[in-house]
Amino acid sequence: MDARESPVAISVRGLTKSYAHNAALRGVNLEIRRGEIFALLGPNGAGKTTFVEILEGFRRRDGGEVLVLGIDPDHQPMSLKTRVGIVLQSSGVDRYLNVAETIAMYSSYYPHPRAVDEILRLVGLEAKRDERVLRLSGGQQRRLDVAIALAGNPDLLFLDEPTTGFDPSARREVWEVIKNLRTLGKTVVLTTHFMDEAQYLADRLAVIANGQIVAEGNPETLAGRDRMLATVHFSLPPGVVPPAPFDLHAKANNVFEIRAQNVTQDLFDLTSWALGAGVSLEDLRVERPTLEDVYLELTAEVAESRSGEAAL
Amino acid sequence: MNSAMMLQNQVKYVNKTFWRNPASAFFTFAFPLMFLVIFTSLLGHHSISVSRTRSIDLSTYYVASMAAYAVISACYNNIAVGLAIQRDSGVLKRTRGTPIPGGIYILGRLVHAMFVSVILVVITAGYGALFYHASLPTGWSLVKFAVMLIVGALTFCALGFAVTCVIPNADAAPAIVNATILPLLFLSGIFIALSSNAPTWMVWVARIFPIRHFALGMQAGFVGTTFNWMDVVVVAAWGVGAFLVSYRFFTWEPRR
Repeated sequence: MDARESPVAISVRGLTKSYAHNAALRGVNLEIRRGEIFALLGPNGAGKTTFVEILEGFRRRDGGEVLVLGIDPDHQPMSLKTRVGIVLQSSGVDRYLNVAETIAMYSSYYPHPRAVDEILRLVGLEAKRDERVLRLSGGQQRRLDVAIALAGNPDLLFLDEPTTGFDPSARREVWEVIKNLRTLGKTVVLTTHFMDEAQYLADRLAVIANGQIVAEGNPETLAGRDRMLATVHFSLPPGVVPPAPFDLHAKANNVFEIRAQNVTQDLFDLTSWALGAGVSLEDLRVERPTLEDVYLELTAEVAESRSGEAAL
Repeated sequence: MNSAMMLQNQVKYVNKTFWRNPASAFFTFAFPLMFLVIFTSLLGHHSISVSRTRSIDLSTYYVASMAAYAVISACYNNIAVGLAIQRDSGVLKRTRGTPIPGGIYILGRLVHAMFVSVILVVITAGYGALFYHASLPTGWSLVKFAVMLIVGALTFCALGFAVTCVIPNADAAPAIVNATILPLLFLSGIFIALSSNAPTWMVWVARIFPIRHFALGMQAGFVGTTFNWMDVVVVAAWGVGAFLVSYRFFTWEPRR
């Protein structure tokens, strides 16, 4: 089958990479589908940048198989460079060109570039087209990075930590630009250590820790998040205690938590009792573990097993 | 786009950034011309012996020396500092991820540096002819002069590429470039002519490194001293060596 028609944009099997004696990637398996926004989530030093830079061809792998758009990225073959756009974790531009000139320069490197004005519109920099790049704000510079990556009208975009170090409004700016890429049907691979970023942008994500993928799925169901126990929170007037049948945990200040096996039943029982007893359930809410809870648990497990290794 | 068009296109962008950057426009372009005016105004009425039988006005000597200095500045300093900054800020790495061939990108800088060199030499020569009646190379001596100019410019570009391989980061670039070139400019008699009683070690330093040979070739054009093809060979040898070093050790990623 022609690689261009394949539903798989990137396939990685048994990927390993070490620096000196430190294993950065320990057998990574991953498949990224065409047209999806895929987030690789992990703490600093987990191997995110090593991973994407191997996919981009900047670094060479020690072992395993990697295919990007059906092409082995080793040595950055021209056939791949023309179809991929790259936003590096940090990379400058020639400071004395203006925005439109910068995009035009990078466009000129590609066989089938996208029109500069169209790119400016996509990243929302039309008003800045004649501005020197060194006068752009952080968020605008990042949008320029995305613009440059779009210059060759690529099928696949890599974004390495696109919003690290930005204030909330600059992050929003960049997020909206990335969200818009979906409408173009591009495959987007982004790395991040922000949960909210992955949750907001990604169709699918994988958590990487200590050089291994520890979980993979979509943001709603990652690591069985949707099937984990929900907790019901509420507070009661002093001295009032709800009846026995709940898996009840008392917290400070008359705050209670119920680990609900069956949320619907437990809520019904609780509210029926409260109405019957004439008690008001202040601050009543039902919570599931957040993506952050799951993530911290996943990465903590790895950190623990690692410190165990070190102790041996 | 074919390679020639890509190269032409790249030179266009290098040229834009060059003139808009106050540092490169001033230090690379204005500096040699400023030195030319200062040295000729200050010392131009003195004379200097260029052979046992012949002495010339220092002004003519400085027209030749400053032409050589201008080429070194436009090639060596300009490329080494510019490229180190581009590498350190990640511009080179970003470029590496795009389809422009690395050779074309690098050649873009080289062609532009040669272009700036030629402009500087023309201005220097014009200034010398206009204000100090410096003689200009014509006929066969113009051909030899042009050979020296091109070989010299290529060599100092190659040395510029080579020195970026030992420059650790952008902050260190101007310091390393000046530390490597300034002492040699003095020891090679660019700013102060080497007299016949210069210490032997200095004469040897001047003989080993390419600057004096290059300057002598430029002088032959302006002053009418003997053009020695050996000077071209020494300069070219340095160029080839520098090219091999850069080819082997040049990196596109920041050295951190």
